[in-house]
Amino acid sequence: MSLEIFLQTLASGVLIGLIYALVAIGLTMIFGVMDIINFSHGEFLMFGMYSSFWLYALYALDPIFTLPLTTLFLFGFGVMVYKLVISKIVTAPMVSQLFTTFGLMLLFRGIAQFFWKPDFRTVDQSIVSGSVQIAGFQIGLPQVTAGVGAILITAGVYLFLTKTKAGAALEATAADKDAARLMGIDSQKMFALAWGIGAACAGIAGALLSTFFPIFPEVGANFILIAFVVVNLGGFGSIVGALIAGVLVGVIEVVGGFLLGPQYKLAIVLVLFLAVLMFRPQGLMGKA
Amino acid sequence: MFGKTIKRVVQVGVALSFSVSAYAQQEVKIGVIYPLTGAAASSGAEMKNALELAADIINNGAKGIPDLPFSAGGGLPNLKGAKIKLIFADHQGNPQVGATEAERLITQEKVIALVGAYQSNVTATASQVAERNKVPFLNPESSSATLTQRNFKWFFRTTAHDDLFVQNFFDFFKDMEAKKGIQVKQLGAFNENTLWGNETTKLETKLAQEKGYNLVKTITYPAKSTQLTSEVQALKAGGPQVVMQSSYLGDAILAMKTYKELGFSPDMILANNAGFTDTEFIRTLGKDADYVITREVWSLDLAKKNPLIKQVNDLFNSRYKANFTGNSSRTFTGLMTLADAINRAGSTDTEAVRKALTETNIPGSKLIMPWKGIKFDATGQNVYGSGILVQIIDGKYNTVWPFDLATRDVTWPMPKWDQRK
Repeated sequence: MSLEIFLQTLASGVLIGLIYALVAIGLTMIFGVMDIINFSHGEFLMFGMYSSFWLYALYALDPIFTLPLTTLFLFGFGVMVYKLVISKIVTAPMVSQLFTTFGLMLLFRGIAQFFWKPDFRTVDQSIVSGSVQIAGFQIGLPQVTAGVGAILITAGVYLFLTKTKAGAALEATAADKDAARLMGIDSQKMFALAWGIGAACAGIAGALLSTFFPIFPEVGANFILIAFVVVNLGGFGSIVGALIAGVLVGVIEVVGGFLLGPQYKLAIVLVLFLAVLMFRPQGLMGKA
Repeated sequence: MFGKTIKRVVQVGVALSFSVSAYAQQEVKIGVIYPLTGAAASSGAEMKNALELAADIINNGAKGIPDLPFSAGGGLPNLKGAKIKLIFADHQGNPQVGATEAERLITQEKVIALVGAYQSNVTATASQVAERNKVPFLNPESSSATLTQRNFKWFFRTTAHDDLFVQNFFDFFKDMEAKKGIQVKQLGAFNENTLWGNETTKLETKLAQEKGYNLVKTITYPAKSTQLTSEVQALKAGGPQVVMQSSYLGDAILAMKTYKELGFSPDMILANNAGFTDTEFIRTLGKDADYVITREVWSLDLAKKNPLIKQVNDLFNSRYKANFTGNSSRTFTGLMTLADAINRAGSTDTEAVRKALTETNIPGSKLIMPWKGIKFDATGQNVYGSGILVQIIDGKYNTVWPFDLATRDVTWPMPKWDQRK
């Protein structure tokens, strides 16, 4: 493998890995705060893509410019889903919670199919299109933008959690709900906030993806399996872990796929995943 | 003495049942099983339209198209003008649902034949139910070769299957060398990894070996990938002249975008239908879809050689504001073939219909497909089913092979990405 090809595959892997990380961050956050696994997370991503698409199709607005709007939509949507559905099952057994979010996944897909049909759509004109040539290899501008966006959002979420009062309250709730409540933190509010941020992260990932990935009702399924692997690998509830694991999975998938044959690329990722679980069940950055 | 009485009773019974069915022939119920919801719903809707048009032509006629069978209208002449009644069932792309719906249509709706079911895996389960119940199953568009290798007595397929389609690729290379002096030697196989892609890969490998081509790179990638970078990178490193590709829509779009992004320009991408012939493919990619050659089963520009195609397509278009596609034209042809058999049987008895199907012999001039005709072999496969190759130029599909059906000369090689306008 020549240096040029190596750099090219490495760059591609890092860029898609950053997107995986962004999807996974929303998922890990919801889990970290309230111990609920959200199967409908991929559908938040799908709604983020459709939000970008419709703003583009109806008003010719570029997905990059409408990113704040999409973020707001998805934040509101996440909070709404929490208030209407999830708040009723916070104390329900784990199995009921799993079925609830699984049901939401089917419902959201159904809604998308009903309104927008199973057609594939794409945003074909964006300010970020084409590719750049760097030192003999090419990378797509949409991918670069998405990667940079993913880093910024991840950093933002991290700063929010570590530097703000609301973030600290969220972390406190994640660490110990009951103790946090005794300290006067309204856990209902914190849960709603976690869902809002979680959905917004997936939505932003969707918006960034929409400039180069086709949009269809079942698109979430393509990303959700990898997102679960990333969350697990990074350690449940860990933002930094999700970022590292996301990039790792992306790079292993692309570079490993090139070296050993693309038909094995998911297998390579899953083998690594199993190995980590065997020797470090809590994940890379998770607490034992 | 006793035996004689029983014989009498049976004779009378049979006679009665015949006369009852003769008088009850106001309607011929045909069950149609298609994906009306689920991921393939948009294709399902197209095919539903084609079925309804075919039934309407048989029942009410199609003025000005005398060459089309049944265009006089008034139902099936040999069954005293019995009308076709379609009973729709939705299998949602799910093989289990396909089987239970087939069961329901046969036992509760009492249909005398089934037509369906688009996806090969659903066709496989639904036709099994039909076989068990001894009801004819006409399959117009599923292309998995194994469907007609099951020794079924009640299964009939009008379309060509995957093996024949792949064979067509190599026929095309031979023709290119013989008639245009263009030599193709280094091939790449780039297929998705579900049943269809794997079968195609196997066949491509076998045929390439047999016919003396050099398969420099074989890649089967996980279907529904989030990225295809390593795949395209590996292809590029192998340096094939022609990439033979089988992908569904999402992967096909992603692959084309990745080709462009990584500057991968083989002489030709020879696609195996599916994603490359979906209406969304060109709409999504715009100019980047140009020059790809894909195998097809039907194309509107064939109307230049067969006027029937345009006439029937006009009918379809005026009703549904869309042209036929490879799928809907085949589904249309499937129902017409079944109607032809039921009419020749002159009965709604399933065994009689099955027998009539085995004796089917429709000439190509009565079809809207680019086939020499319809005639089933012992396995139920239409021996005349074949494919064509179309090339996308300026966002339109143009027939380029077989050369005698071509409406446009093949553009070869595809221009490199950086040399396109």
